[in-house]
Amino acid sequence: MLIELHDIKKVFNQGRPNEFWAIQGISLRIEPKQVSCLKGASGSGKTTLLSMIGCLSRPTSGRIMLGEQLLSGLPERFLTEIRRHTFGFIFQRFNLIQGMTVLENIMLPAYPLGPRHASLLDAAHRLMGHFNLSSKAENRVEWLSGGEAQRVSICRALINDPDILIADEPTANLDTKLSREFMALIDELRQSGKTILISSHDPLVFESPAVNRVVELRDGQLVRDAD
Amino acid sequence: MGFFRKQRYLIDFTLSSLSRRKGKNLGLLLVYALIVFMLASVMLFTHALRKEAGIILQDSPEIILQRMVAGRHALIPADYLDRIGRLRGVSEKQGRLWGYFYDPAVKANYTMMVAEQHELTTTQVIVGAGIARTRGIGIGDYITFRSYDSQAFSFQVVDILDANSELVSADLVLMSEQAYRRTFGVPEGYFTDLVLKVRNPREVRKVAEKLSLKLPDTRPILREEILRTYDSIFAWRQGIVFVLLAGAVLAFVIFAWDKASGLSAEEKREIGILKAVGWETSDVLRMKFWEGAIISLTAFIFGYLAAYAHVFYASASLFDPVLKGWAVLYPEFQPIPFIDGLQLATLFFFTVFPYTVATIIPIWRASITDPDAVMR
Repeated sequence: MLIELHDIKKVFNQGRPNEFWAIQGISLRIEPKQVSCLKGASGSGKTTLLSMIGCLSRPTSGRIMLGEQLLSGLPERFLTEIRRHTFGFIFQRFNLIQGMTVLENIMLPAYPLGPRHASLLDAAHRLMGHFNLSSKAENRVEWLSGGEAQRVSICRALINDPDILIADEPTANLDTKLSREFMALIDELRQSGKTILISSHDPLVFESPAVNRVVELRDGQLVRDAD
Repeated sequence: MGFFRKQRYLIDFTLSSLSRRKGKNLGLLLVYALIVFMLASVMLFTHALRKEAGIILQDSPEIILQRMVAGRHALIPADYLDRIGRLRGVSEKQGRLWGYFYDPAVKANYTMMVAEQHELTTTQVIVGAGIARTRGIGIGDYITFRSYDSQAFSFQVVDILDANSELVSADLVLMSEQAYRRTFGVPEGYFTDLVLKVRNPREVRKVAEKLSLKLPDTRPILREEILRTYDSIFAWRQGIVFVLLAGAVLAFVIFAWDKASGLSAEEKREIGILKAVGWETSDVLRMKFWEGAIISLTAFIFGYLAAYAHVFYASASLFDPVLKGWAVLYPEFQPIPFIDGLQLATLFFFTVFPYTVATIIPIWRASITDPDAVMR
């Protein structure tokens, strides 16, 4: 599904002394079934841009199109619906729910859809098998290593079989070996037809052959767009 | 089917969420249940006392007639019975002898009364269970009372009053008329008061009015007035206990409000995650509503059941000195188990409802914020 951004702006604390323009008019077209990487230093606006594309926050102005649908301006209820069916998120700090098991964390996004328990369990076990997590199913997530938590996060992002995967600084908490493994998984997902959007300032990510396109941001503005 | 499965998933998640914060939730549950227990104990017990008083007074005379001299209750001459004459509606009238006796041995007042339904000799008495317990006496034992002119008279206890009526009979001593007159120096031809039975309850007030006109130096006391007095005494005592408990209730309200109105960073983050992975605001609200409802309902049920057991099986041992109010001879009695629906609903409304609502407000605030902002 094609994603189009038209003159997107995002301002925090508008009208207050600490007003901050995180995104200052970005227009961008993200092709489907490709891996696109938003590159830039910390504070360049990568995470903010990703969160607006993924319907986690709204732009102050500008338009975001998902295929034929205009996302900016949609009520929260519809945004949730889109988020649930279209996007899968892999967060920088994984954002797994502490105290719950690997299996419970993975199944979490599917609960509001009310699937049959057996089929949900089956899907979760299939993903855990694929990402080598079967033996950890009943472990609580706080006992996992960084790489394992990362993979749980990927399984959770995939449980509703979304078209688009969004990964925010996915290698920030991983060592070199695990980062390479992660990029191999990303390549595999791209080949399976997913659209993947990654934000990172890690060369291991944006220089990876799995990435089709790199877009560079600085101070909330687009400075370079390279295929 | 999908709808029901979704509710099941939400409840499963709620239970897992509660068990993840075991310490905090158990602490809250305990304090909450304790508050419900205390309030429900007072409510159940005072209600039971009122009911008990009502049942006991059911068979008492409709009107008591006392003679007043200078605004004080005085002995009433027996010829007042003749002066009353034949009043329409009065089925029975008779003189009554009763009074109070201070026993310095146990520093308590006894209620001394002439036994109407028992044949007692001048050296026999029947005592209430409270006296028997306090003085450590049983049937066949002797008890001595010093009369108005300082003479000591010994009486043999021939019976102990039924424990079922202990609410009013704990401090009661029944004796013969002769023994009574000798102990208190009440001359023949006088009574403490007169009692009248009125067949039709609707005529009671009319009869009382006629009595006041016929015998202007007397005061008629109606049974319904006594009941009302009991009612207000117990209501007043209930109020006193509520005031005493107010500190604890206030502490709980602050604690619950703090818990309910402020979300920890961890809880906010969790809401952000749930929204980010596709939960709707209503899903989060429903889940948190279940969480609040489970805590408050469990606490309410445990607190109320504990209060029920405390009042009806342990005779409200924690509150009886305040609620029963007898000086020394606290009656020991088993109140008749009874639950008042309105009372139950009131307690429910003032405990479960505010807590559940207070829990929802901050959750609602967090869940209508963009997930990105909540997680940051």
